[in-house]
Amino acid sequence: MILDTETIKKDFPILDQQINGKTLIYLDNGATTQKPKAVIEAITEYYETTNSNVHRGIHSLSEKATKMYEDSRKAVQKLINAKSDREIIFTKGTTEAINTVAYSWGEANIQEGDEIIVTILEHHSNLVPWQQLCKRKGAKLKTVPLKSDLSLDMEAYKFMLSEKTKLVSFTAISNLTGTILPIKEMTKLAHELGAKVLLDAAQMTGHMPTNVADIDCDFMAFSAHKMLGPTGLGVLYGKEELLEEMSPFQFGGSMVVTVGEQNAVWNDLPWKFEAGTPNIAGVIAFHKALDYLQKIGLDNIREHDKELLAYAKEKFSKYKAVKTYSPENPEIASAALSFTIKGVHPHDIASIFNEENVAIRSGQHCAEPLSKVLGVSATARMSFYLYNDKEDIDRAMEALEKTLEIFKIEN
Amino acid sequence: MDLYSEIILDHYKNPHNYGKLDNPTISATEDNPLCGDDIQIDLKVENDKVTEVGFSGEGCAISQASTSMLSDKLIGMTLDEIKNFPNEEIYKMLGVQISPGRVKCALLGLVTAKKAAILSQIKK
Repeated sequence: MILDTETIKKDFPILDQQINGKTLIYLDNGATTQKPKAVIEAITEYYETTNSNVHRGIHSLSEKATKMYEDSRKAVQKLINAKSDREIIFTKGTTEAINTVAYSWGEANIQEGDEIIVTILEHHSNLVPWQQLCKRKGAKLKTVPLKSDLSLDMEAYKFMLSEKTKLVSFTAISNLTGTILPIKEMTKLAHELGAKVLLDAAQMTGHMPTNVADIDCDFMAFSAHKMLGPTGLGVLYGKEELLEEMSPFQFGGSMVVTVGEQNAVWNDLPWKFEAGTPNIAGVIAFHKALDYLQKIGLDNIREHDKELLAYAKEKFSKYKAVKTYSPENPEIASAALSFTIKGVHPHDIASIFNEENVAIRSGQHCAEPLSKVLGVSATARMSFYLYNDKEDIDRAMEALEKTLEIFKIEN
Repeated sequence: MDLYSEIILDHYKNPHNYGKLDNPTISATEDNPLCGDDIQIDLKVENDKVTEVGFSGEGCAISQASTSMLSDKLIGMTLDEIKNFPNEEIYKMLGVQISPGRVKCALLGLVTAKKAAILSQIKK
């Protein structure tokens, strides 16, 4: 393996626990990743030594907290190669970041008869906000389908794009099939027709290098907790000129410079979009997560994901009753392997895996339209991260064998 | 305790009263879309009592087995008895520890049956 998982595992206290004499194997990283000690300790340390409100006090604590908070923003800017830290807005997650664009940009720019394009791969968080916006505005929502090899149907996408298209909002990586979309090409095609592009990068930023200058997307949303950081924190990236034009979506303290009885003047970017006291401890701890990722190297994580997926697919392909939902081409497949077993409901698969102390996900993974298209009511999903290794997958295989045995599935 | 006892697996593989009724007095459906479970229960009711039951749909072993076990019990029950059927009875029939995450699965059939009983009374 390209990564030294034995050493990495030691940085994650949660992985060091046993149930029924079996070590915990965590394979639900698509839902959320575990946190290294450095991130957990940063939260405690912040509350023990620095806790105060940011951008307010002139006492030392507040100055220190403000500096740490803003340093984290700069680290995010560096991670995704944004032009300025004014383009980095902290939100409570990917969902809030997408909703911010839907309300701030969408309300002002989408009109009756306009079209918004999404793909069939979307997580509900990048689908429902656009459904609602289209309903409010009388706009039309179009969905790019998949091809049978689980890649996106680019011909259909090109066909759907027109002068009516005002926004294309798509996931960089499907949380169910793990399909990696041709994000740069899709962005370029949308821009040629004057449409803006929002990238849902929730499954990408922790798994491969992300460069917004190169992708050229107009907005990008992602979550800290899917990349070693705390929950309740996400990022909205937006091109400065667009963010400047947009009105805030939430109002209150911090996002104003001056307030009269009847009127208020908005603060500068990025604070214009950060109303109220933010998740300061979370933002500061997130910086530690980014340091950790940088130390390991996102290129290396990508290679590690590939290696694990190939190993898991090879193991799973030995079973006739098992069906996997992952693109055949490893270059467009990320760190998730969804599967079904003929005759066993995914919930039951996850329950038996759990008895073996292997944590996997089952259900529709917040992607109900995609499940329907794949013709499954639900799937089980293993999703990997930097601390997983081949032995973890071997343990999943043992759980799979046990499932087949309990349900007496012939193979 | 083992969640997948012989009796649960037996009901899952060979569910009792499985299939749709030809002329049901009432039908009700319930689903659990996030899990991918859906269940339909058809009842034939005569003089306020259930004479025939048919259930269909798909789901996990727990939801299918509990609905299969329940379907046997429903025959001969009055609509009011169905409405008042306690959740604990389902857990007792399953005979295994149901974790919080699986409660919805275990009770899906009962919720559907209660809905059918209520619909049937409204319909009258």
